[in-house]
Parts: sequence; structure tokens; C-alpha cells
Amino acid sequence: MGEAPRSLFDKLWDAHAVVAREDGATLLWVDRHFIHEGSFHAFDQLKKKGAGVARADLTFGIADHYVPTRGRSAPIPDESIRHMVDQLTENSAANGIELFGLQDPRQGIVHVVGPEQGLTLPGLLIVCGDSHTSTHGAFGAYAFGIGASEVAHVLMTQTLWQKKPKPMRVKVEGRTAPGVGAKDIALSIIARIGADGAQGHAVEYAGAAVRALSMEGRLTLCNLSIEAGARCGMVAPDETTVTYLRGRPFAPKGEDFERAAADWLSLASDAEAEFDREVALDGAEIAPVVTWGVSPEDALPIDGVVPDPEHAPDPGKAAQIRDALAYMGLRPGQLLTEVRVDRVFIGSCTNSRIEDLRAAAAVLAGRTARVPGFVSPGSSLVKRQAEEEGLDRIFREAGLEWVESGCSMCVGINGDVVPPGERCASTTNRNFKGRQGPGARTHLMSPAMVAAAAVTGHLADVRPLIGTRA
Amino acid sequence: MEPFRHLAALACPIARANIDTDQILPARFIRTPRSQSHAPMLFHDMRFDADGKPRRDFPLNRPQWAEAQIIVARRNFGAGSSRESAVYALADYGIRCVIAPSLGDIFASNAVNNGLLPARVAEAKAEELIAALEHGAAEVSIDLEAQTIRAGNHVMAFAIDPVWRMKLLNGWDDLDLTASFRAEIDTFAKRDAERRPWAAPAR
Repeated sequence: MGEAPRSLFDKLWDAHAVVAREDGATLLWVDRHFIHEGSFHAFDQLKKKGAGVARADLTFGIADHYVPTRGRSAPIPDESIRHMVDQLTENSAANGIELFGLQDPRQGIVHVVGPEQGLTLPGLLIVCGDSHTSTHGAFGAYAFGIGASEVAHVLMTQTLWQKKPKPMRVKVEGRTAPGVGAKDIALSIIARIGADGAQGHAVEYAGAAVRALSMEGRLTLCNLSIEAGARCGMVAPDETTVTYLRGRPFAPKGEDFERAAADWLSLASDAEAEFDREVALDGAEIAPVVTWGVSPEDALPIDGVVPDPEHAPDPGKAAQIRDALAYMGLRPGQLLTEVRVDRVFIGSCTNSRIEDLRAAAAVLAGRTARVPGFVSPGSSLVKRQAEEEGLDRIFREAGLEWVESGCSMCVGINGDVVPPGERCASTTNRNFKGRQGPGARTHLMSPAMVAAAAVTGHLADVRPLIGTRA
Repeated sequence: MEPFRHLAALACPIARANIDTDQILPARFIRTPRSQSHAPMLFHDMRFDADGKPRRDFPLNRPQWAEAQIIVARRNFGAGSSRESAVYALADYGIRCVIAPSLGDIFASNAVNNGLLPARVAEAKAEELIAALEHGAAEVSIDLEAQTIRAGNHVMAFAIDPVWRMKLLNGWDDLDLTASFRAEIDTFAKRDAERRPWAAPAR
């Protein structure tokens, strides 16, 4: 008799269950814990209790949320921002936690650095006090964001109580067209199911269009799981995963790696595994997407028009559209390609990896940006690689600024903000009101689409711009 | 943590969807230490204009709702960032329960860890409650044991994860609970290191 078929998520869950209570609450073992400047609340809780860190060897600190993207050699001028970075340094040192600090050549955004360093591996349970921790699921890991009290619990015990989310599968079959990437797939999914569509679920992404994605693309896709309401999203490990990890600094070496790889490949969902919910999209039907409103669910293909609240299905939805249009300064029925932008931003844990920078550079090469903007690579190593490939020159020659790595203008707490009322074409993950600064208007899109907006000065379809180069 | 069983209090309707944690507590405030009250920052940019004056059209600024301990909102309340400070702001203001058709998973989990009840009701029921509150109903009474909400003549059931319900009813702290499983954790860690040797970071 065989065992009951299990999904990738079932296998991850079972491998980490220390104790299961009758009511379903399960104590899970944590393999990796990433901390950043925001973790100070948790360290304050530890200090209050006089408690220490249980497994400093499984905890890694990364300075990303508050780090400056310019003038790194000088001290951070804003005292309260400097204090945030200093607190992380002090808390890490006091507890023996390895830190990728401001001056470390490996510094970068936690969700870029983890994979890049081989700290993120298939089969691991990974947590971080940041909602975009779902990103690491790209490797077939169970990765999710947690709050400060949970961070404190993990620091003290290396475990966390969870109830099992319901399994959900999102299948994207077919082939996406040139100019259409992981960001377009993810925003299309969110537009379809809603920003709360996957709440309470663990999402597995599957299908030919997902398998065809590089690790960078899968990271973008899983990153945006939280924008559909799912705390975690994942892709089963395959040869793409294994090839990416071979030789990474913290990944297993030699024979250990081969044994690990065999284990990782066995994590894929069993053929008969059942899912609580299934969603299917056709990759061939996905067009480049932009957001028009103040939630990632407010996303449409670039050849669409701004929605009309008069045509909304119910008064609640109509009110939501009216409110979004008032904030965004848009009119119903307006062509999306008529929307002029004031600036562009390329960066964030969603889209700042080497492949993202290449896609933007391919559009910008030999062209000039009509609006100001800057590019913040996902890590200092991505920055170096991009410079070796000459991408920094393309961005600079197009008129964009090439800066250091960090969360930067995605959340604006290091001082990189969009001025009030200005409109920004952005590769980030949240078009929430005020997200990029008070009064800032954000349109989310892929790096190639941001490049298209930069060279045209308005929201634009990137496909004709790459077509002429074919 | 204080157990949560019943609550009878003023409820404020905020008839908006997708009130994310950036709206509950804008990112520029998240560096505030816990020792400082987060109440003045709650819903900051919805509650105050650019000059810091209260916006008249924001429900919590109306005299009849200023003392509310319950918020009723549309779908997807608390989506987005994992910042627990959003819950600190609600709690410091005096909010003890949020009622909505859906709530962000991380937000809801943070809420429970701070003794704040995230209650889910059907979309139509949320609309019914919002309408009742906007038309003069004031006090709402919540029974966590029975999972019911009562406002005037309106009575409705609400959903909450059973694990969270027990935790709130008993005022349990996860750390106390975990401490009782110390031996199980140590055994697990030892066996796991043999079963998955590759899981340790190679240094």
C-alpha cells in the first residue's frame, strides 16, 4: 500500500512539524531566519525578558530597509535612519549573528541576497519579519513573512506555531510572448483572483510557463504571492533550481550537494496530490500589464482603458474605483497609454536581479529617458555583475541614475521618495497610497515596461520597442 | 495576555476595501519604539491632512465614533506589510476588534499576538453592519465563545480560526506554550540534522 499522495507543501510541512496539537496548531522547526533593521522590536522583546538567541548559526542579518543608495562612504546624515542601521549592527554583534552590513560586499536586499548566497535552499523553512519572504518559495522552500512577536519567538526558540494553510495550485500553461515576463504573469493572477484571493492558502505555481521561468523569474512570481493574500508561494525544485545553486557560497559542497539535490528533486508534488483550489491561466493570453489603482489587484493589460465606476458590479466596488481614480488623478475611460509619468524606478525585492536589469537595459540601449529616474540593483553583487556586463553604462547614457542596493524607493524609508502628486512607473510590488512617499502615485509593471515608460514619457507597450530590434 | 471573551463597545464603520497596513501605519513611522504610544499615528494619512489637521470626512474623527473600540471595514483589511506596528497603533488607540469580510493573514496573526480580535463576516453582513452603524446604531457586542456579533436588531455569526479563538479566550502566550515542548524541540533538531544534513548553512 502506498502512502497518500502529498503536495510539495505537504512534504515541506511534514518535514518541519515538531509537535502537532489536537486543535491543529503545529510547532514548526525554522531552518533559516533573516533579520533586518526592522527586527529591533523583537530584540527589544528579548531584552525585556532577558532572553538570548537560540540558534545564531541559523540567523542572518542583512541591512536593506534603511540603507542609503548614495554616498555610502560617508556616515548616514539622518540620525534616526543611522540609528536603525546601527541598532541592527549592535543586535547582531551582541548575539553572534552573521551580518551582511552596509559595508559588506555581499550586502543587498534580503530576498535577493538569500538566494544569491545559497542561504535559501529547497526544502527549507525560512522566515523573516518581512511580508515578501514568500519570494524564497521559488526554490521549493516554505518561506513566509512574520510579525515582530513571531520574530522574537523564532529568535528565542528557532520554532514557530502555525496552523496549516490550505493548498492551492495556480497553473500557467502555454508560452508567454516576448516582452511578457514573470511580473506580468503575477499581476494577471492577482487581477484575476483579487488581492485577498489566496488568503489562508499556500500557493504552488505550476505549468509550462512557470517551468520555463528562470530562477529570477520564479523569485518575482513567488515574491508577489503576498499581494494575492498568500503568505507563501512556491515552485517545485527542478534542474533550473539545482543548476542555480551549484557553487553558491552557503550551499552544500561536493558529494553533500549531490545528495541534497536528489532530496530536493523528490519534493515535487505527487501526481495525485489534491488541492483545495485550482486556478488556471493561459500564458499565451497574457499581455504586458500595468496597475492603474491603489491595490495590486487594480491591474490591466497595457492596451486597456482606466475603469469606469459607473460600470462596476456593485456600489462597494464603484466606491473603491472612484477613490483610486481620485488618488491617482485618472479619468474613467482614459487610455492607459495616455497616462504620462514623472519618473521611473527600477529596483526592489520584486525586480532588481540581473535578468531584470538586462531586460530594462535591452529597451534603454541607444535610447534616452524622457523622465528622471534611477536604478537600484538588488544586491551589491548584482551591481558588480551588471557593471561587468556594461549595463550601468546603458542606464547612465539613457539619463538614469545608477545607485547602490537597498529597498530604496519601494518603501521610501531610507529617504528615497516620490514627491507628492508625482507619478512613478515602478518595478516594485505595492501601489498602495503613500507607499513610495506621501501623495506618491505608483504604477506597477515589469522592468522592460518601466524602461518603455522612461523612453516614451508615458505608460507604454514595450512590445513594439523590442520588436524593432529583432 | 488578557483573555478576550466578550466585548460591548462603540463601533466605527470605515466603508473602504483594501485598507492595507501602510494606511493603518505609514512606513515613515515604523522606526518608533514600542515604548512610545502609536495611537497618534493610527490611520495617519487618512485621518489627518498634509497640515496635520483632522480630516472631517474620516469616520474616526467624528465625535460619535472617536471613542470606538471596534472597527468595521470592507474586504482585505490589513493586507500588505508584516509591520506589527500597525497592530500597536490600533491597540494603543483602544481598538480591540476589527470586523471585515477578509483580513491580511500576517496582520490577523499579529493582531491575535496582541490580544486584538480579527473577526471575519460574510460580505453582505459587513455591509449590513456598516449601514446600521452609519444610521445610528452605536454599540456592538461581541461574544467570542459563541462567535456572534450583535448590533441592535442585527445578529450575525463571525469566523475565526479555532486556534486563534482558543488563544484569545485563554490569553495564551506562545512562548509559555513552546517552553513546555523544550525536550521535543531538542530531539527534533538532533534527528533532523541527521535526516537533512544539507539544511545547515555550509560555512
